[in-house]
Amino acid sequence: MKVVLKNVTKVFPGRLKRDDKVVAVDNFDFEIPDGKLVALLGPSGCGKSTLLNLICGLEEPTSGRIFFDDTDITDLPPEARGVGMVFQNYALYPHMTVRKNILFPLGNFKGKDKLTKEQMEERVLEAARIVRIEELMERKPSQMSGGQQQRVAIARALVKLPGLLLLDEPLSNLDARLRLETREEIRRIQKRTGITTVFVTHDQEEAMSISDMIIVMKQGVFQQMGKPQEVYDDPVNLFVAKFLGTPAINVFDGRIENGKVYIGEEAVADAAGKPDGEVYVTIRPEGFVPDANGPLTCGFSAVEVMGRDISVIATHEKAEAPVIRAIVDADNKIDETSETVRFSIKPHKLFVFDKATELRII
Amino acid sequence: MKRKDNLKAWLYLLPAILFLGVFMVYPLVDVVIYSLEEGYNSASQTMSGVGIYNFQYVLRDPYFIQALKNTFILVAITVPVSTGLALLISLGLSSIKWVKDMYQTIYFLPYVTNTLAVGLVFMVLFDKTEYTDGLVNTFIKLFGGQAVDFIDGPYWAKMLVLCLYTVWIVLPFKILILTSALASVNKNYYNAARVDGTPPFRIFTRITLPMISPMLFYLIITGFIGAFKAYSDSVALFGTDLNAAGMNTIVGYVYDMIYGNSGGYPSYASAAALILFSIVITITVINLLVSRKLSIKGGDTVG
Repeated sequence: MKVVLKNVTKVFPGRLKRDDKVVAVDNFDFEIPDGKLVALLGPSGCGKSTLLNLICGLEEPTSGRIFFDDTDITDLPPEARGVGMVFQNYALYPHMTVRKNILFPLGNFKGKDKLTKEQMEERVLEAARIVRIEELMERKPSQMSGGQQQRVAIARALVKLPGLLLLDEPLSNLDARLRLETREEIRRIQKRTGITTVFVTHDQEEAMSISDMIIVMKQGVFQQMGKPQEVYDDPVNLFVAKFLGTPAINVFDGRIENGKVYIGEEAVADAAGKPDGEVYVTIRPEGFVPDANGPLTCGFSAVEVMGRDISVIATHEKAEAPVIRAIVDADNKIDETSETVRFSIKPHKLFVFDKATELRII
Repeated sequence: MKRKDNLKAWLYLLPAILFLGVFMVYPLVDVVIYSLEEGYNSASQTMSGVGIYNFQYVLRDPYFIQALKNTFILVAITVPVSTGLALLISLGLSSIKWVKDMYQTIYFLPYVTNTLAVGLVFMVLFDKTEYTDGLVNTFIKLFGGQAVDFIDGPYWAKMLVLCLYTVWIVLPFKILILTSALASVNKNYYNAARVDGTPPFRIFTRITLPMISPMLFYLIITGFIGAFKAYSDSVALFGTDLNAAGMNTIVGYVYDMIYGNSGGYPSYASAAALILFSIVITITVINLLVSRKLSIKGGDTVG
């Protein structure tokens, strides 16, 4: 099932004064293609969960329409939309066993959709099999780990065979190891069922690693949508460039002069045809190449060995952060006695943004 | 070291133990002793023997039988009615958000108001004198009914007023407990159920009720105990001569046996008190067993 948002806006009234309204979702206009795993990515409090609630119907949009395939479902209550939803804290009914929890949505089917006891049992088992919890069926939620509860919640959302699966911060309550495991699990389940899946996260690594597409948003405003690698390689503005990637992108104060990009007095890239002016120059950590004749001279701080790669910690007076980080191939020999280190820059790893609008120039 | 710590602990407990011992344990023991002393005379401090005569007397006393009947009717009607009504009202209250905070205070007023004051108001509402039929009777006549003397008339009318009055008195506390119980149910459960297309009634029976069942059972158990101990409600409505009005309760009977006009019989009073005690404890044990069987096992709520 494809999900289409047309000019969807959600405004919450202010809590204290009438005029301090909060625009949680500002004029969203995009299409989530059928059968894809899509991540809604943004910092905490940027309106991701609100957007999810708009799609499942727990919130009503202030304006705009929402379509599932070609059907306008904006005015339908959540119970009529038939989406599966996994809540951040799972919301498993504590007084029911795993089996009863998964069975619960099936008991709501009415009329011709009504299932026999055997059919229900079969569906519950199938859902449990998909998320691999068959041996936990008689447990209560309180007797299970966070990861197991998570899988029960997914099974409960899947059991009614929804056209759309929504997951609100599915991994935030899990520890680091379980998080890695579970995100692979979500990928596997999505691939196996082929259900269009939207999940909310503030962790860019999580979003990049498993999703087919990511949608980046900031303070209720849509930023960029695309395949993870595309968004990473081609950010539209400074926020997206800074938000994606670990270690984070290095930001320098720079300027464009006579068709060249300068950091301080050093010309680091070509800017043919671009107007002169103050800009932000950003370079991905993997965009640095140690080069004795390179254009960018930095103060040398330290080297961190990471096996395959090494991380060079350096300083530059024009850098926004106190240190800059370059990830270079371990074959490079860094002279650790030197006070400076020089780099040449891979052109496709360098982005230039306008200082005022923060929009991409190069 | 260990002994010293133990000594310290006992020392800390001493005030509480002394207090409980003198005012709780000793009277309990004393009641049992009184109830077994036959022909005890409080003026001369003499008795004729030891035995179960007091119990036999009380159980044959028509006033006690009347009180027992009244109390059971009161319990059987007011506990389910008040709990059910409180649940209904709290559901309504918690569905309308902004009303909740405001009305919680208002609904609590009967609870902090003096029993006798409420009784007086009920008298005004239901009383029928030579001069006026009372507010309720005026309404009954308005709809073509016959005026009934609720305070000094037929048994069913008096019982009706007593039950109404008791329900009115206990309602606010129950509403308070149930609204907070309802508010403590995590919203996410309702959201999850709604997304799954659960009809409101099923949400109520399958999610809300089990989630608030510990509080419900608490109210039912304390409701039973409270109703069995009813006395002041009856006094507030029908005056102190409850035997004459036929509206006495067990506690009222106990009181009358000691201090009433026909009083001066601490042994009969003790026997009646012990009978009440055994009834209450039986009902409470049954309640606990039932609630333990029905309520959530290992149901610590998540997140």
